[in-house]
Amino acid sequence: MLEYILAKYNFWIYVVLMMIGLYAMMGKRNLVKKLIGMNIFQTSIILFFVSTGVKKGGATVPILMGHGHGHGQHLIQVADYLNPLPHVLMLTAIVVSIATTGVALATLILIYKRYHTLEEDEIMAIRKDPSAYKTLG
Amino acid sequence: MIDQLPALIIVAPLLGALLTPIIGWRYRQLCRPCALMILVIPLYASCGALLQVVRTGPFGYNLGGWAPPWGIEYRIDYLSGLMLVLIAAIGLLAAFNAKPGVKMDLRGKEPHFYTLLLLQITGLLGIVITGDLFNIFVFLEISSLSGYGLIAHGEDGAPMATFNYIIIGTIGASFYLLGVGYLYMATGSLNIADLATILPNLYHSKMILVGFAFFTTGVAIKMGLFPLHVWMPDAYTTAPSPVSTLIAPLMTKVAAYILIRIMFTLFQPEFSISVVPAATILGWMAVVAIIVGGIKALAQTDIKRMVTYIMIAEVGYIVMGISVMNRPGLTGAILHIVNDACMVFCLFLVIGAISYKGHGREIYHFQHLNKKMPFTMAAFVIVALSMCGIPPACGFFSKWYLIMGTIVAKQWVFSITLLGSSLVNAVLFFRIIEKAYLAPLDGGAHSHDHDREEVVVVRDEAPASMLIPILIMAAIIIILGPLSGKIIAAVIQHAVPAAF
Repeated sequence: MLEYILAKYNFWIYVVLMMIGLYAMMGKRNLVKKLIGMNIFQTSIILFFVSTGVKKGGATVPILMGHGHGHGQHLIQVADYLNPLPHVLMLTAIVVSIATTGVALATLILIYKRYHTLEEDEIMAIRKDPSAYKTLG
Repeated sequence: MIDQLPALIIVAPLLGALLTPIIGWRYRQLCRPCALMILVIPLYASCGALLQVVRTGPFGYNLGGWAPPWGIEYRIDYLSGLMLVLIAAIGLLAAFNAKPGVKMDLRGKEPHFYTLLLLQITGLLGIVITGDLFNIFVFLEISSLSGYGLIAHGEDGAPMATFNYIIIGTIGASFYLLGVGYLYMATGSLNIADLATILPNLYHSKMILVGFAFFTTGVAIKMGLFPLHVWMPDAYTTAPSPVSTLIAPLMTKVAAYILIRIMFTLFQPEFSISVVPAATILGWMAVVAIIVGGIKALAQTDIKRMVTYIMIAEVGYIVMGISVMNRPGLTGAILHIVNDACMVFCLFLVIGAISYKGHGREIYHFQHLNKKMPFTMAAFVIVALSMCGIPPACGFFSKWYLIMGTIVAKQWVFSITLLGSSLVNAVLFFRIIEKAYLAPLDGGAHSHDHDREEVVVVRDEAPASMLIPILIMAAIIIILGPLSGKIIAAVIQHAVPAAF
C-alpha cells in the first residue's frame, strides 16, 4: 500500500494541494484567502503538468543528442530525452494564472472601495441592509 | 491574401485590441469607429471561410507553416464555420449597439470597454477556430478574463459577482486544463484530429476516463449547466447593459460548442454512451436545468434576471439535444445554439434599450411601453413568440428537432420537459406582453377616486444606434425560421457525425 502511494507521489502531492486550494476557496470567508486558495489550486495543476515531463535514468535535452556525432542524422529515441512541451505549456498557464490573479486583485480593490471590508459575511450583511455600512465602516 | 483569411480572423481583433487604447488615449471618440472597422474583418473572413467549407469541405490552416501534430492548426469545418459567422456577426452588432449604453454606464471608459470587447471576441473566435486542445484553454481564459473585466464595471453588486465568477470560472478552466494534461500524458498529442485517431485504442484506460470527466465538468461550469450555474445570474444581471449584451449570448454557446467538440470529434459518440454513461448523466442534468431554470425564472420580477434564468434552461435544451445521441437531437442542439444566441442577444438588446431610456427592469415598469417604444416592444414580441416556439420564428424549428431527437431516443420524460418548458416560456413572456400592451391606459385611476384624466403617453424611442441592431435581430429571428431547412442542408447535417 505504502509503495503504491510512494510510486506515484507526484499525483498525491497535486491532489492534496488541489484539495487545500478547493477548501480555501469554499471554506474561507475572507476574499483574499479565497484568492490565495485559487492560486494554490492553479499551482497544483502546474506542478502536475511539470511532473509528467520527468524521465528517470539518463534522459537528456533533445538538442544535446545529435551533437558531436558528426556522421549525419541519427534517430533520437523518445525514451532518451525529456519532453519539453509540458513545461512550455505551463509557461503559458502561469501567465494565465498571473493574469487571473491580477484581475481578481483589481476586483478586490473595487470591492474594498465599495464596502470597506473584505469579509464575505460582512459584505452580505451590508448588501442586505445598507445601514449596516455606517456601523462597520 | 485569401489563403491567410483564417489567421486574419484572430489576428485582426487581437491587433485591434492593441490599437484601440493607443488611439483612445488621445481621441476617445475614435474608439468606436476603430473597433467597428476592425470587427468587420473577422466577419468578412468568417463568411469567406464558411463559404469555402460549404464549397470544398473542411480545411485546415497551419500556423507558421508547421504541419498539424507538431504545429498549431486552425481547423475550420462545418460546425466551427457556422459558429465563427455567428460570433463575428453578434460581436459586430453588439459593438454597434454599445454607444449610448457605454455613454451612460461607462462614461469616460470607452477605450477600456472597446479594448476588452475586442479581446473578448478574439477569445471566442479563437476557441472556435483552433484545432488544438491547449489553445482552446488559452483562448477560453482570454475571453473569460476580458469578461471579468467588463462585468466588474456594473451596478451595485457587480464586483462581488465578478469575484465569484472569477473563482468559479477559474475552477472550470483549471479542470479543463487537467483534462488536457491527462490526455497528453496518455497520448503525447494535443491536436484534436490527431488525438481522435489515437484515442479509440485507449478508451478503457483510466487516464482517459478521468480526463474526459475533468473535461465535461470544466466545460459544464463555463456553460452554466444546472448545479454549476451559481455564478451566472448575478454576473449577467449586474453587468452594464452593453456588456451583458455581448457576453450573455456568446459565452455559454461557445462552451456548448466545446462540449460538442469533445463528445463528437475528440471522442467517438459511442464513448459517451457505452464506456462512460456521460450522455445519460448530462441528459438528466439537462432535465433538472430546464425545470429549475423555468421555475426560478417564474419567481423573478426583474426581467434581466429572468432572462438569465431562461438562459440556464436554454443551456439545458442544448445539452439535452447533445445527450440523446442521435441525428435529429444533435441537429436541434446545433441549430438551437444559433437560434438561442440570436434570441438572447435580441432580448438583451431590448433590455438595454429600455433601461437606457430609464424605464427600469421590473415587470410593472413595462406598463404602456408599447406606446412609448413601439419598435422595441414589437421586437420584444417577436423574440417572445420565438422563445415560446411559435412557427414562423426560429425558436420553433430547433425545438422541433430537439423533440424529434428525444422521441427517436424514446426518452419520454425529456420530451415532456421540453414541451412543458415552452408553456413556462409562454407564461413568462405573456405576462410582460400583457403588462405592456393590455394594461388600462388611465393607470388604474378608476380604482381610486381620482378624476379620470387620460394619461398622455409620449413616444420616446431608443436612439438609432440601439434601434437598428434590435430591428436587424428581430428580422433575423423571423428569417432564420424558414431558412433553417437550408442551413441544415448546407451546414449542420455535415457537422453531425456520420455514425448517426
